Amino acid sequence: MGKILATALVLSGLLLAGCSPIQPWVKPYEREHFADPIMSFSRDPISSSYLDHVFESREGSKGATGGVGGGCGCN
Amino acid sequence: MERRVIRAGLPFGRWAKVLAMLCLVGAPAIADVLPDDRADVMYHNYDGGGITIQGPSVLVRKKVGDSLSFTGSYYEDLISSASIDVKLSASPYHETRKQEGGSVDYLHGKTIYTAGYIHSKEPDYKSDTAYFSISQSMFGDLTTVSMGYRRGWDNVYRDIKVAGVIQNDPTFHERADHRGYTISLSQILTRNAILNVNFEAITDQGYLANPYRKIRYLDATVAGKGFTLADQIYPNTHTSTATSAEFKYYLPYRAAISGMFRYYNDTWGITGDTVEIDYTHPAFHHWIFDGSLRFYRQNAANFYSDLFPRANYQNFMARDRELAAFHSFAIGLGASYEFHVPYAKWINKSSLNLHYNHILIDYSDFRNALLDGTNGYTAGTEPLYRLNANILQLFVSMWF
Repeated sequence: MGKILATALVLSGLLLAGCSPIQPWVKPYEREHFADPIMSFSRDPISSSYLDHVFESREGSKGATGGVGGGCGCN
Repeated sequence: MERRVIRAGLPFGRWAKVLAMLCLVGAPAIADVLPDDRADVMYHNYDGGGITIQGPSVLVRKKVGDSLSFTGSYYEDLISSASIDVKLSASPYHETRKQEGGSVDYLHGKTIYTAGYIHSKEPDYKSDTAYFSISQSMFGDLTTVSMGYRRGWDNVYRDIKVAGVIQNDPTFHERADHRGYTISLSQILTRNAILNVNFEAITDQGYLANPYRKIRYLDATVAGKGFTLADQIYPNTHTSTATSAEFKYYLPYRAAISGMFRYYNDTWGITGDTVEIDYTHPAFHHWIFDGSLRFYRQNAANFYSDLFPRANYQNFMARDRELAAFHSFAIGLGASYEFHVPYAKWINKSSLNLHYNHILIDYSDFRNALLDGTNGYTAGTEPLYRLNANILQLFVSMWF
């Protein structure tokens, strides 16, 4: 009974939390590191798209790299 | 004689339709920013396995007003190929591939809509790709969700030599269509850590083989080699899904380390795993150094074989080494030097970049058939093929 009550309380808390706006836990003034280019996943798009193309032409896998490449008969 | 039958898989699943719906009903919400105004000019060079590919590449991005950004790109491959596949079943060749692309980003409210088009042309292959995506941030800009759709139309030709002149084979013209659905989530985890999760489903339909490459099957009547070449037969449909997660962490002394994992599988029976670790280290005020290690493995497609037992062994047959089982390692090193161009105040900053990558691919079931009949090798006993490739990128970037 105690476990059911505890579970119900936790679930109720989660549901009620969904009714209030989510407060960002990393404030805007704490995000200066993300403005640094070294934190970009693709700092040089011309280079990353080229490397994606090189690997995709030689492997069976493709996709989920975050970019869009054109088609070609490259292999 | 019994012929093995392999199922090629369904072209389109219910989940893909759901994703397509998601792509179409995405609604604007909160903030994002347009990409920086910048221009990149690159020279690239790939050298490995008897293939040299080099050429220029240009990428320019420019904002117009507060809500529009245009991107133009040009890419060229000058290909000189005498690869193991070409030597076995075709002739060494030189050709040029040119690719032009253009896209526009539109910032409305706090959502970015992107639409673009890519056209690629080579003597025996033409491809057009259109794409559209929506990106919006939410939850106090800690989370960015993107959804995209792309569609590709390819025309496949085959070159032949007639009276010493290379031209398209008038009896061969095939088409292939592609659809891709992506959904991505970018999440700021802490003041130093960010996570990206990407999912992409792709369906391909049409002629999906390489028209020049051949399968080989055992044939004792061929003295010396012991095999005969025959055309590949691919399924006309292919559906794949790929899921990746990237994590990046800002180190206390201004450096960044990141890790990436991708899982891929498709209806041809291929599963692939990619793992990559990158490290970025600024130094000496103007320099940024990069290092990366990448590991990749895949198993073979279920209709792939290096050497089939007999002719017409099964309904689908391939010997493209991209469908073989293999694993590969790649190491990457990069250096960027940031500088200011004198007397050009409209350029905010510039950088000169040199990147070098080395790839080593070890095939598990793709043999060097060129050695057959030499040094006592017979069909199926040749050494496994190994590919080493060097990749060089030299580029200049300018922000304005």
